[in-house]
Amino acid sequence: MSAHVVPVRIYFAIFGILMACTLATVVIAFVDLGPMNIVAALAIASFKATLVVLFFMHVKYSTRLTWAVVVGSVFWLAILLALTFGDYLTRPWRTYG
Amino acid sequence: MSDGAPHPALAHQFDSLGQQTEAATLGMWVFLVTEVLFFGGLFATYAVYRAWYPSGFAAASHELDITLGGINTAVLITSSLTMALAVHAAQTEQRGRLLTCLALTMVLGAIFLGIKGVEYMHKFAEHHVPGPGFHFEPAEQARHAQIFFSLYFIMTGLHALHMVIGIGIMIVMLVWSWRGRITTEYASPIEISGLYWHFVDIVWIFLFPLLYLIGRHA
Repeated sequence: MSAHVVPVRIYFAIFGILMACTLATVVIAFVDLGPMNIVAALAIASFKATLVVLFFMHVKYSTRLTWAVVVGSVFWLAILLALTFGDYLTRPWRTYG
Repeated sequence: MSDGAPHPALAHQFDSLGQQTEAATLGMWVFLVTEVLFFGGLFATYAVYRAWYPSGFAAASHELDITLGGINTAVLITSSLTMALAVHAAQTEQRGRLLTCLALTMVLGAIFLGIKGVEYMHKFAEHHVPGPGFHFEPAEQARHAQIFFSLYFIMTGLHALHMVIGIGIMIVMLVWSWRGRITTEYASPIEISGLYWHFVDIVWIFLFPLLYLIGRHA
C-alpha cells in the first residue's frame, strides 16, 4: 500500500495561502462590491476548502474512487441547493387565474 | 512481514493491510459526504432566509465579533496544519512528533471552543439568544434578527459539537500513539481522524464569512 507522504513544506505553504485568503476575506468584506461581496466571499471560501481537500485531506494523492466520492458530495449538495432555491426564490412568481 | 504473521491490526475479512486502509479511508469519506449534506441543509436554510431578509440579517450579523471570529478561523486553520503534520509524523513513524502534533491540534480545538464559549456568553448578556428573552434594536429588525440568531446558534452549535467529538477522537489517537500502535504501515487511524478534523475546519471556513461578514461595508 503506497501511502503518499506529502512533504512538510507543502503543508506550510498551503497553511500560508489559507491564512492569506482569510485576511483577504475580511478585508474585502469591508469594501462595497454590491452583489459581488457574497460572490467573492463564497469564491474565496470555496478556494480555501479546495486546498484543504486536495492537500490536507490528500485527495490530490488519492484514488479515483475517493475523488469520485468527493465530487459526488459537491454534486449532491448542488442538487439540494438548486431545487431548494428553485422552489423558494420563484414563489413570488405565483399568479392566479 | 517476513515471518508470515498477519499485522495485528489486520481484520480477518481483508486480504491485506493496504486493502483495509483503502476501505477504511473510503468509509470515512462516505461518512463525510453525509456530513456535507447534513450541514448543507442548514446552509440552504440560511441562504433562503438571508435572500428574504437581507437587512435584518446584516443588522444581526453586525452584532457578532469579527475579531473573535477571525481569531477562531486562524486557530482552526492552524489546527488543520498541526493535524496534517501529525499524519506526516505517523507515516514516518516519528512517535514524539506525532504526540506533539496531536496534542497541539487538541489544544487549538479547545481554544476554539473556549472563544466560542466567550462569544455565546456575550450573546446571552445582550439578549440575542432566541426565545422569550430575546431583545433586538432596532425593533423593526427584531423578527428577522431572531431568525439569524436561531441559525447562528444551531449552525455554530452543531459545528462545536463536531469539534468536541473531534477532540474525543484525538484523545483516542493520542492513547494509541502513546502505546506505539501507530507505525508506518498502520498510520491510517491518524489519516482518517485527520479527514474528520479537516472537514470540521472546512465547515467553519464557510460559516465565518456567511455569519460574521454580512454587509460590513459602510
